[in-house]
Amino acid sequence: MSAADPALEEGWIDRELALEFPELRIVSVSAPAPGRRTPRVLREHLALLADRFHGARAVTLRREPVPAAYRVFFRQVGLDPDVQRTPVEAAALDRLVQGGFVSRGPLEDALLVAVVETGVPVWALDDARLDGPLGLRGARPGERMGEGQYAADLAPGRVLVADAGGPVAVLFGDVAPGRRPDRHSTRLRLFTVAVPGVPALHVEEALLGCAEALSDAAAGQ
Amino acid sequence: MLDVRDVRVIADERAARMQLRSQIAALEAQLSDAVVSAFPDGGVHSTVPAPGGPRLLTLGELERIRDGLADRVAQARGVLEERGERQEASRVLLERMLLEPGRHKFVRVANRDLGAAGCGVWQVRPRLGLVGMLMGWWQVKLSSGCPLAC
Repeated sequence: MSAADPALEEGWIDRELALEFPELRIVSVSAPAPGRRTPRVLREHLALLADRFHGARAVTLRREPVPAAYRVFFRQVGLDPDVQRTPVEAAALDRLVQGGFVSRGPLEDALLVAVVETGVPVWALDDARLDGPLGLRGARPGERMGEGQYAADLAPGRVLVADAGGPVAVLFGDVAPGRRPDRHSTRLRLFTVAVPGVPALHVEEALLGCAEALSDAAAGQ
Repeated sequence: MLDVRDVRVIADERAARMQLRSQIAALEAQLSDAVVSAFPDGGVHSTVPAPGGPRLLTLGELERIRDGLADRVAQARGVLEERGERQEASRVLLERMLLEPGRHKFVRVANRDLGAAGCGVWQVRPRLGLVGMLMGWWQVKLSSGCPLAC
């Protein structure tokens, strides 16, 4: 991490969760919203990653330390990683099915590069729609994600990414519609959830790499 | 207000859950090793029913996942052991074919049966075709290469 890098912000973890998973972290960083087009450099980066990513790697991925840590954590919180894929395995599977990493826009591409390169998933939120720092906690009884008639009920105890205003996303799941970045967003909040066993270096690399790619994209490079 | 006994029970349960989580981590690592070892033949399944989440699981739920993983690991070891025995038998057969081709006329052993990569097949064939057959000149040939993809 150099002096020019944006500052990483450590989020809060609910006491009960922290007692059960002492190493669990949520870390975020601010980044500019990119333009509409993926810069050529980022598209080339995706193509290069696709060339280096083959079928055998998709199988052996589960033995690599960071993807393995996410697989284990999925099991420990009640998810089957062979049914709901860990983010990096989902990216690997998409790569095999589609024959490459398909460019879907500058933000999606930057998030994809981060997860494929480091194994650490990164999500993006509209910074202007957040209320205070991000954290992890269980859903409270009667709590819903989103607003209005399309708000989804949350099972009590479901682990959420939340801010002072309420649920922002289900852990490893959907982001609340009102918190997603859209074309009016000017600043983004990138966040990741570091599970036990994931080195801090990988977390930094994922977030800062993604922030840098978005800064370049916003600058029109 | 919690009394000392309640606090102790909570702490004991938390310690038990931690223990179960470390067992789940160890079993998941073993299962992943088995899945990778079985590649590309497959036959090892790593799906274990999950209670749904993400959420903090109870002791019972963690136990069920641990037991499910342990079953999967045992099944995977069985598959790999059986496959290993078959490959060993194929290797012994190939050695015998190489030592005494005349006793193993037209016997074939595929590279896949040996656990080797590629589509090669070892076969005992007569040298010089019909002449070799009549004269008893037998040799082991390795046909190489995979059929061209359509």
